[in-house]
Amino acid sequence: MTTNDQNAKNESHKTCTGAGPGTITVFFLVGVVASMIFGWIVFPELLYSKKHQPIDYNHRVHLDVVSNGCQSCHFFYEDGSFSGVPNLANCRECHEEVQGESKEELKLVEQYVRKNREIPWLVYSRQPDCVFFSHAAHVKKIDLECKTCHGPIGQSTHSRVYEENRITKVSRDIWGKNIAGIKKNSWDRMKMDDCAECHAEMAGKKDACFVCHK
Amino acid sequence: MFEILKEEKTMKIDRRAFLSLGLGAAAGTAITPLPWKLIDDSSIWTQNWPWTPVPPVGKVTNVNSVCTLCPGGCGITVRKSGDRAIKIEGRDDHPINKGGICLLGLSGLQLLYGPTRIQTPLKRVGDRGENKFKPISWTEALTIFHNSLKQMRDDKKSHELACILGNHSDSTSALFQRFCQSYGTPNVFQMPSAQDISAEGLKRMQGDESSIAYDLENADYILSFGAALMDGWGSPGKMFQIHGARKSALKPSQARMVHIDSRMSNTAAKADSWFTVKPGTEAVLALAMAQFIIHEHRYNHDFARKYIQGLDDFKALIDKSYTPEKAASITGLDSEIIRFLAKDFSKAKRPVALFGRGNLENAGSVAEFMAIHALNALVGNINEKGGVWAKPEISLQNWKPAELDGIAIEGLNQKPLDPDSKTFSNRPHRMIDAIRKSKESPVSCLMVYGANPVYQLSNQEAVQKALASIPMIVSFSSFMDETTILSDLILPDHFYLEKLSDTRTPPGIQKPIVSLQKPVVKPVYDTCHSGDVIIRMAKKLGGAVANAFSWTDFEGCLKNHLGQYWKTLNQKGFVDDASYKPVRRFSTSSRKFEFISNSKQKITFEPVPIDGDTAKFPLLLISCDSIRLVANGAPTPPFMIKTLDDTVLKGNDVLVEINSRTAKIMGLRHNDVASLSTPHGSARVRVNVHEGIMENVVAIPRGLGHTAYDDYLSGKGVNYMSLIKPVEDSLTGQDVAWGIRARLSKA
Repeated sequence: MTTNDQNAKNESHKTCTGAGPGTITVFFLVGVVASMIFGWIVFPELLYSKKHQPIDYNHRVHLDVVSNGCQSCHFFYEDGSFSGVPNLANCRECHEEVQGESKEELKLVEQYVRKNREIPWLVYSRQPDCVFFSHAAHVKKIDLECKTCHGPIGQSTHSRVYEENRITKVSRDIWGKNIAGIKKNSWDRMKMDDCAECHAEMAGKKDACFVCHK
Repeated sequence: MFEILKEEKTMKIDRRAFLSLGLGAAAGTAITPLPWKLIDDSSIWTQNWPWTPVPPVGKVTNVNSVCTLCPGGCGITVRKSGDRAIKIEGRDDHPINKGGICLLGLSGLQLLYGPTRIQTPLKRVGDRGENKFKPISWTEALTIFHNSLKQMRDDKKSHELACILGNHSDSTSALFQRFCQSYGTPNVFQMPSAQDISAEGLKRMQGDESSIAYDLENADYILSFGAALMDGWGSPGKMFQIHGARKSALKPSQARMVHIDSRMSNTAAKADSWFTVKPGTEAVLALAMAQFIIHEHRYNHDFARKYIQGLDDFKALIDKSYTPEKAASITGLDSEIIRFLAKDFSKAKRPVALFGRGNLENAGSVAEFMAIHALNALVGNINEKGGVWAKPEISLQNWKPAELDGIAIEGLNQKPLDPDSKTFSNRPHRMIDAIRKSKESPVSCLMVYGANPVYQLSNQEAVQKALASIPMIVSFSSFMDETTILSDLILPDHFYLEKLSDTRTPPGIQKPIVSLQKPVVKPVYDTCHSGDVIIRMAKKLGGAVANAFSWTDFEGCLKNHLGQYWKTLNQKGFVDDASYKPVRRFSTSSRKFEFISNSKQKITFEPVPIDGDTAKFPLLLISCDSIRLVANGAPTPPFMIKTLDDTVLKGNDVLVEINSRTAKIMGLRHNDVASLSTPHGSARVRVNVHEGIMENVVAIPRGLGHTAYDDYLSGKGVNYMSLIKPVEDSLTGQDVAWGIRARLSKA
C-alpha cells in the first residue's frame, strides 16, 4: 500500500516538475536575443527623432562657386566670435533673386528672403550648455581643418536628416551614429572623450576641466 | 538542446521559464549600449531642467551705458545674448570707475527681469495698501491723470499739486520741476542728502554754488569724519579705485587714511588709523583740532594771509569753548590724541578733511560741515592739487525759460508748504507737517518720481497719516515699493537699462563729467519713460504749459539739453574734462574764505540735539551704512541680501551692534532677541555683541525693514526710519537727525 502511495507521490512529483532545462535555456536565449535586438536596433530607432532641415542644402554646388571655401559663409567676426551657421543676410547676398532651377532655392527666396524670416537651421554639432567652445582657438590658433570635427560636409549634395535624442535634445552627431560609440573617423563622434583625446596630446597629460567647462 | 526538448512531452512554462527569460533579457541588455547610453542621457537630461538658468542662444553684443542705481555714476557695459541682457560689467575706459563695479551694479539684471517689476499702468481698486490694482492701458491711465490735472487748474488750485523727487540730478527730474513751474505749483520737494549741506556750507564759506568735491587721488592724508569710503560714500566705483591704489602691493603709496567713527565699520577696518568719538560730536573734534593748529601756529600762514577772512574771530570762538581739553569730555577722545591728530593732519603735505557721514544719504549739519572744512582752510588745501575743490559740472544747454500763464503765476505765488523753499525744497518732512497741521490736506495730488518717501522719511506714523489724507497719489515707480502700494494711479517708468537719460558729476568727484544713460534692452514690460509722460501731459493741458514742452518727446528734450555733446555722448557714452583744474578764487563778499559768514544766524557747534531723555533711554542709537544694502528705499537685489553676514541679518531679524560691556549691563548675550525702543518707536531685534563699537552706543544697519517689494526683501529686519523723527538743521531746516536715544531690553 505504501509503495503505491510512494509511486503515486513519485509520479505526481514527476508531473509536478516545472519547466525543464530545455525550456529554461530556450527562454534564456530568447531573452538574450530579444534584448540584444532591442538594445542594438530598436532602441536607437526609438531614441532619436528625425527632422529635416528647412531647406535641403547642397554644399558642393556652393563650394564650387564661392571664392574662399568654407570661410565664405562660416567666418570670424572682428571680435573673434564665430559666425556659425550663416544667417539670412549671408544667403541674401546672392539669393536676393532666384539664381537657378532648384525647388529648394525657390523655397529659400519665397519663404525666407522675401518674408525676411531667419531660416531655422538645425545644428548638427551643437554641444550641450555645459560646454564652452571657441572656434578661434582651434581654427585660428592651431589651424585645425573644418572636416576634422565636422566631416567632409562640404562635399555633400543634400542635407542629411537631423536626428535628435529625445531625452537630451542633443543632436545624434555628438554621440555618433554608431550606438556603441565606435568611431572610424575623427568626425564620427563629438563627446567629451573625443575632444579630450586631442587635448591630452597637446597638454601632455589629461587637460584641465575648466578649459571647456567654465 | 533539441534532444532535451524532445524528451519533454510538453513544454512547461512557469515561473522558472519567465525568470530565465528575465535573466536572459538582463544579460543581453548588458551587452548592448542601452544601459550606458541611458545613464549618459539621464545626466544630460538633468542639466536641461527648466530651473537651470541658461541664456538663450543669440548673437553676443555689448552695449555701453551708465549705472544709475546710486548717484555714483559708474560706466557700465552690458553683454547681451540676442535680446537678453546677461552680464553687467564696469567699463574699462570710463574715468569714474575704470572697469570696476560694485555688487549693486552687478545685480542690476535681477531687478530688471525680477518679479517685483510693475508691468503695466495700474489703477487702485481695493483700499490703499491692500495691493489690489487693475491693469489699465496707457491711454486710460493718461486720461485719468490728465483729468485730475486739468480739474485742479480749472479750479484755480494748481498749487495743490505737490511733487516728491529723488536726489538724482538728471534731466527727467529737471523736467518734473519744469512741469510744476509751468503748471503753477511751488510745492516741489527733493529728498535731501549731504550734498545739499556741503553746498550750503561752501556757499557761506567760499561763495561757491555747488557741493564739495575732493581730489583724493592726489591727497596724502585723508581724515574721514565718519565718511563710509568703503561702504558707498560719494562714487563707490571711484572710491574702490582710490583705495586699491593706496593699498597696492605693486606701487606702494604714501597716502594715509585716518577714520573717525564710533564703530568699526569696513572703512575703519581699512583705515591706517581709527579713532572713536561719541556720535554727533564730530564737529567738536574738528574744532578742537583747529584750535590746536591755530594755537601752535601750525596753519598755512601764506594761505591765511592771502585768502582767509575772520581768522581772529574764529580763533576767539574756539579758544573759548573748543580746546582739546574741553573737547575731550564732549567727544570722549583723549585730549592728547586730539593734539596728536591735529599735528599729524597739519604736517601732511596735502591733507584733506572729509565731510559726510555714512554714504551721504543721512546728512550732518551745516555747522558740522563748516567745522570740518575749516581744517582744510587752515592747512591751505583748497583749490589745490590733492585738496578740496567745488564740484564742477560740464556746462550744458539750458532749456528756454518756461512762459507762465496767469494760473501758473497765481499758483506759484501761493504760500508754499515749506515756507523757506525757493524753486524747490529739500525738506519733504515739512510737507508732511503742513498736511498734518491742516484739517483738509493742502495737497490734492501728489506725484512721486525717483523716491520712496514712505520708506525714506522718518516719523513714519505722520507720513502714513499725511498720505492717507491726500486724495490722489500718482507714482512713477518701476517697482511696487512702500509708496507705490499706497498710490491710486501707477505710471511705471522704464527701468534704468531700458531708459534714455543723463547723469552729471557724481558726489565728491572733482573733475566734470556727463554720462549718457542709453537703453540697453527694449522695455521688458509695457512701461513708459516718465519724461515722455510729463511731456504728453503738458501737451494735453495746452496753452502756456504745452508751450513750455515744445519737444516731440523726451529724446528731443534731452538732445536739446545736451546740445553740442549729443553726438559724442552717443558714440563714446561720456564727456569729461580730465585736465580740469579749479580756479583759486573765492566768491564771498570779502573775496576770501570766511570761517563764519556774516549771517545774523548764530551757529552752534554742539551736537545736533536728539530726542529722548537719558534716564529712560540710556543708549545712543545710530545708523550704519553698508555697500551690501540699498538704504534709500530702492530695492536691494536678492544677490546682495544673500551676502549679508549672520551678524547683520539672521533669519528675518536684524542684528544691532553693541559693546560687550553694554551687553553685560543689559543682561544680553550675542544673538539674543531684544526689544529696541526709542521715543518714536520700538522693534524686535537681535544683538550683535562685539568690541568694535563704543559703549552705550547701538548701531543699526540702514536699508532693511521693507514691507513692500517681494519675499526676497520684505519682512526682513527693521527700518531705522521707523524709530526716529526729523531734527531740523538750525541753519537750513534740512533733516539732520544723526541718531536718537534708545533703550534695549531683553525680549
